[in-house]
Amino acid sequence: MIAEFGLAALWLAAALAVLQLAMAALGLWFKRPPITVRAEPVEALSFSSEEEGQHLADASLRVDKLNANGRGDAAQQLFASIRPVAIVQGLLVIASFGALIALFVRSDMSASLVVQHSHSLKPMLYKVTGTWGNHEGSMLLWITILALSGAAIALFERRLRQDTLIATLGAQALIAIGFYAFLLFSSNPFARVLPAAPEGLGLNPLLQDPGLAFHPPPLYVGYVGLSVAFSFAVGALVTRDVGPAFARAMRPWVLLAWIFLTIGIAAGSYWAYYELGWGGWWFWDPVENASLMPWLAATALLHSVAVLATRDGLRAWTIVLALVAFAMSMLGTFLVRSGILTSVHAFAVDPTRGTFILLLLAFYIGGALALFAARIGAVRQGKLFEPVSREGALVVNNLLLSVILGIVLIGTLYPIVAQWMGQQISVGPPVFNKTTVPIALALFVVAAAGPLLRWRRDETRALVGRMKWPIAAFILGGGVVLALAPDAGIFPILGLGVAAALGVASLAPLGGRNLRRTPLHIYGMVIAHLGVAVSIAGMASETAFSKEVLVAARPGQSYAVGPFDIAFAGVRPTVGNNWTGVEAVLVARKGEDGRAVALNPQQRFFASPPTETSEAALSTHWNGQLYAVIGQRADEGRWQLRLWWKPFVTLIWYGALLIALGGLASLIGRVRGKRTAKPEVRGYVR
Amino acid sequence: MKRQLILWVPFAVFVGVAILVASALFAPADRTVKSKLIGQPLPEFALDPMIEGKPGLATQAFATGRPRLLNIFASWCVPCIAEAPHLMALKEAGATIDAIAIRDEPDAVAAFLVRHGDPYRAIGDDAERRVQLNLGSAGVPETFVIDGQGRIVMQHIGDIRAEDVPEILAALEAAE
Repeated sequence: MIAEFGLAALWLAAALAVLQLAMAALGLWFKRPPITVRAEPVEALSFSSEEEGQHLADASLRVDKLNANGRGDAAQQLFASIRPVAIVQGLLVIASFGALIALFVRSDMSASLVVQHSHSLKPMLYKVTGTWGNHEGSMLLWITILALSGAAIALFERRLRQDTLIATLGAQALIAIGFYAFLLFSSNPFARVLPAAPEGLGLNPLLQDPGLAFHPPPLYVGYVGLSVAFSFAVGALVTRDVGPAFARAMRPWVLLAWIFLTIGIAAGSYWAYYELGWGGWWFWDPVENASLMPWLAATALLHSVAVLATRDGLRAWTIVLALVAFAMSMLGTFLVRSGILTSVHAFAVDPTRGTFILLLLAFYIGGALALFAARIGAVRQGKLFEPVSREGALVVNNLLLSVILGIVLIGTLYPIVAQWMGQQISVGPPVFNKTTVPIALALFVVAAAGPLLRWRRDETRALVGRMKWPIAAFILGGGVVLALAPDAGIFPILGLGVAAALGVASLAPLGGRNLRRTPLHIYGMVIAHLGVAVSIAGMASETAFSKEVLVAARPGQSYAVGPFDIAFAGVRPTVGNNWTGVEAVLVARKGEDGRAVALNPQQRFFASPPTETSEAALSTHWNGQLYAVIGQRADEGRWQLRLWWKPFVTLIWYGALLIALGGLASLIGRVRGKRTAKPEVRGYVR
Repeated sequence: MKRQLILWVPFAVFVGVAILVASALFAPADRTVKSKLIGQPLPEFALDPMIEGKPGLATQAFATGRPRLLNIFASWCVPCIAEAPHLMALKEAGATIDAIAIRDEPDAVAAFLVRHGDPYRAIGDDAERRVQLNLGSAGVPETFVIDGQGRIVMQHIGDIRAEDVPEILAALEAAE
């Protein structure tokens, strides 16, 4: 019954989405401005006396007013009941998703999805996470988050103009309908198999990892959270209400989605780093790019929304970014699901599904961009500003982020173009690194300078004066690297210099302020920018100073890796609850009498399905990580070992956490504070 | 008017991207990695013998005036077992087959030949896959048809099935 219950809840939710859309459309139709030229035909008739004509005209106006009132009442009633509809829809989808989890937890082998992707002997944690470790389940999670976002708007959004809010809920319902249709007609997660299967076909052992189990949900919240920004933009286009109030209403939702995207990307990167055993933390894999592109767009959106909210500038641009951000997250979903790009992540290669998502993508994004082109002309131009100003810096930030986004998009799709020309090409890290890193470095310089600029207009010379400490930090940071590792390459040296400069500059907005009265969102910006600096420092340091040793190790021998000596004692068998394996016994020591650190990288063999995985061993120190992988057995009892010392590599993810934390502080500050209405208008204060 | 047109730029870009990905969806990529050396002479190489009693393999062996097959295989490769009977059939039909063993060990190869048949004249040992990659071969098994001047005339990717045998024989004949 659980499966049928879940399916029924899903159908009901879909029906409510249709209802929500219809109510929004009808309400907006009724509420459209009454036509003011109604008196004209009365004048056109010739009446015996002017008075009589006037009477009639009055009467007609009165009737018109009455009509308008009647329609207004109807609109109000529709508007009042649309919020509950959105909320109930959210509850129904939660119930449906809960039903699917219940099927997995109970290992109900009459449910086709459970048979395909689970096994009664799996650890409970992975039974639960297996719910979204497959196409149907993950799409149900997708729509659960979508419906919950809709419910959250209905529950919490009080700042938006009423008709814009209704249009937003209508747009949200319209998106949801497409995805309900996708689930119900082409990817039913609740399909039964009769008779029930005796046992499940198992979860891919590669997927049995807490990192993998938990990095998709935050990414999904981020992807789908951007649908809220999209719906807001569509709502604002429908009602032509693009202004500071709209921006302030949209900002917390964008922040929320962006925080989750940041966490999801960082977690995914760390998972790839320790689980894939290649020692790298970013591979420019199409699916990684698919998560990076919405993040880049959302980051640009966050900054342009700030200009719209505080200075009422960049109206059209902000709307475009809101549409593009969600377009990127849908494109990401499409690229992952359709399997048109070769990727380790492509888990559901199915042209039918790909076609369905492509149609949804074309309809929603194409429709919204066409609406934008048709409508934005009717939105008044926003305020203008001087090039050297906070707004100016934010525009440069947006341009640079957009260029990076463009490069990543082109690089990701280029293999398809190449295929048209009859070539097989894969665009890899060398291309992406060479093209994006210089632009990213320029972006970080702007990130250092931007918060030190006043809104509206500022002096270049004054800015240089305020930048003296960051510039000193740049010279110091870059100089230290140049002295320690002259061969590190230009990018790591510049990277560490820029990281130092941005680190110092990011704290500057706190200078001269009363720290206890500084609004929370300023702290948010400071923490997030500091996080960027920390993250770049980690990336540059890892690139510049990593030491790698690849050996066919003989038991009893010892190898120098960076400041460590790693002794290889041999290998021993090891067993887990559904795998067997071998692990290397390594002891790392710094100097003669350093503390001994055990490292046990493993090779695991899973019986069902037969799979071999490599588990890296990591040892984290304050100044870096040791990373060991055991490879193939070589002749004469030797084993291939890959050993790395990666100085300060952990800063990459600590930095990302700081960025997310900054976002959170900003979000709390924005949601809570009426008190801190518009303090940033003052700009930089010494 | 100009501003009106600019406003349609995002839409136009989007339509371009949509058409691009749609094309990829409806005309799926040919994911086989083909060698760029078809029609070209074999690259220079000289490989040590893989097992006792069989010679190793070098480029010079191919420019003998008679076409032959070059099979890339490994004892650890399951499709290689599947194609073994068809290689035997090719040999019986008169083809000379040389082989390159990828990342393999002598004992394992000897055992493989005992169990699945030995169609090979010579087997070169390519432990580091260097020659294989130079040939433009991305996987195991693959089979090249080499003409009498030592030029690659055909590449067969994946295991040879029964229905592929006539085609390969025809290619050998055409290369005479």
